[in-house]
Amino acid sequence: MQGLYQFASGPLAWAAFIIFFFGLACRLISMFRQVSKKESFLYEYWSWDHALYSMFRWWVIPLGSRNARFNPVMAIVTWVFHVCLIFAPILLVAHVVVLDESALGWSWPTLPEAVTDIMAFLVVIGGCYFAWRRLTLPQVKYVTSGSDFIILAIVVAPFVTGILAYHQWGDPLTWTTLHILSGELWLVAIPFTRLVHMLYAPFVRGYTGSEFQGIRHVKDY
Amino acid sequence: MAEETTNQQTEETVAEPSAFERIEAAVAKAREAGKYDFDAIVDDGLEEGIKSLTPDKIEKTINEVLQSETGVRLKAYVDTCVHCGLCSEACHVYMSLDKDPKYSPVGKVKRTMWKMIDKKGKLTPEEVKQCSIIASTECNLCRRCLQYCPFGIDIGYILSTVRRICHKLGVTPLYIQDTAHSHASTQNQMWVKEDEWIDTLFWQEDEARDEIPTIRIPLEKEGADFMYSVIGPEPKFRTQLIYQAAAIFDQAGLDWTMPATPGWDNSDMAMYTGDFEIMARNKKYHFECAQRLRVRKIVMGECGHAFRSVYDVGNRWLGWKMPPIPIIHSIQFFYELLRDGKIKVKEKFPEYVTFHDPCNTVRGMGLHEMGRQVAEAFTLGVKDMTPNREYNYCCNAGGGVINCGPPWKTKRVLANKAKAEQLARMKDQGVNTVVAPCHNCHGGLEDIIHDYGLEMELKFLGDIIYECMEKPGAVEE
Repeated sequence: MQGLYQFASGPLAWAAFIIFFFGLACRLISMFRQVSKKESFLYEYWSWDHALYSMFRWWVIPLGSRNARFNPVMAIVTWVFHVCLIFAPILLVAHVVVLDESALGWSWPTLPEAVTDIMAFLVVIGGCYFAWRRLTLPQVKYVTSGSDFIILAIVVAPFVTGILAYHQWGDPLTWTTLHILSGELWLVAIPFTRLVHMLYAPFVRGYTGSEFQGIRHVKDY
Repeated sequence: MAEETTNQQTEETVAEPSAFERIEAAVAKAREAGKYDFDAIVDDGLEEGIKSLTPDKIEKTINEVLQSETGVRLKAYVDTCVHCGLCSEACHVYMSLDKDPKYSPVGKVKRTMWKMIDKKGKLTPEEVKQCSIIASTECNLCRRCLQYCPFGIDIGYILSTVRRICHKLGVTPLYIQDTAHSHASTQNQMWVKEDEWIDTLFWQEDEARDEIPTIRIPLEKEGADFMYSVIGPEPKFRTQLIYQAAAIFDQAGLDWTMPATPGWDNSDMAMYTGDFEIMARNKKYHFECAQRLRVRKIVMGECGHAFRSVYDVGNRWLGWKMPPIPIIHSIQFFYELLRDGKIKVKEKFPEYVTFHDPCNTVRGMGLHEMGRQVAEAFTLGVKDMTPNREYNYCCNAGGGVINCGPPWKTKRVLANKAKAEQLARMKDQGVNTVVAPCHNCHGGLEDIIHDYGLEMELKFLGDIIYECMEKPGAVEE
């Protein structure tokens, strides 16, 4: 276990982050190259004001869009889930300590551990809500398959194992190692699965905002 | 809310069914008669089309469109979709058909595009036929789902691509394919011959001179302020709209013209079968007409999809970011005429009306407020349906769906129950008239009103303006 931990927190971590950043960068560059080659009209119609406003209405304000107001529970759970998902790992004391002590030596301000603890639980609860939707709501069930559950598991696993490791429920070394491995799996999965919506979302949202607000003079939210 | 009438024979007061109750009765009757068995519908165009398909041709064509003709936008849309199902309640088809998930926007994408991608293009002819049915008769490309998707994924574009693939495979519903052939052969939607077009205009001018002795429909007038264009069906069976438009323009003292040559038709069913080459060719004729006549702008009649073709899809295929010559929809044009005092209200239409926002003029150009202001001015007032404006439900006729013709009519009407209920809410409040500034919407709403027993009247904005405006040049009857 100690050996696995060393490997996971050492070379494998480097590999995972490199694949994550490199993978995202490749997809981003590839996207722009293909747009330039075949669909350059997308640049013509893109409007920063409208694109950003659309993102603001949909993602910054939890109930900023009409459909979010029709589905308030889903909207709020999704919002909380994503905020916690993104900010808890980045602002976690434990993560910044590891980063500081690593070869990079970077550090930045962190959130109190009590806060990130709650955030991690919120991610897990959110994940359970999404799984429940996939199992019970007909319109979600119809378009759900194994891959949707696998993706959900990949995203939630680092938080479950992180909670277990932090609270020292069970063997801390085992859970920490599993936490690191599941986190690395998550990072590596992002560029190559539907988790890439993280990258594409601003462009898709922004373009629809540009078209709807800019060309068609109507709300897309 | 049920009204009461007196039974003439027994003199008992009987509760008239409310509009909602009539809808429920119609639906029950349809269910009993097996009308919801959509799989039983046979379309000869589709049946013939799949006969000439081979596995090689199918695979090659699908992959050619997915890899070569489309780009990263399609891939991004498919990859970004997280299968959340939030688009479902946007769709009138889903809402009307018992919220069956296979009719939700993402459900329709699953049954078509996902299948094509997962099977790497290796579909059977039967599967291609199903894709054509789904894309052509279960989606109007109304774009309401973009407003409901957290990412704004353009599901209409995905299904439009499915139509394109089916078109390239020769698998398109019979009636709309015939319409596309008409566009290809005569440059108009309705097989109107060149001399028939001119004759129709002369005829309407002649009829109009009974009312306004000095009226002319100026043909081929170079340098006029604007060219007025109509859709193919107008000379064929809505000819009075040409008369009305002429009367409005004449009495407003406007300098206008119409072309005598092909290119007069702004409509575009080729856009909806995925025949983009014919779409582009016809739009080119249309723009070149206006350029030949050296007019400042094109004003187009009350149509939705034609506007989409000139302002959005057709001009882009020709390489124009925006149309090469300004295009003004009638809704906006009437609004401007009213605002500038060129048309005046003589007496208001003596009823409250409700306003149906056509998808392509609201989610196409945001013309909801202008249309309402015109309707408000010429009637007792507008009472809004819910939802309305840019969130209005589609009439289910647009996007080429009504153009798929008689085999699909019952399915189309049943898949628009949500619209019937929307109208029923107004009917039960005592509103009997619907203003719908779009030809396809008229077709769709006429069928809804008739088949669900709603007993409402449909009007174009032009109808109401013509009836209620001051016409100083008109002779007294």
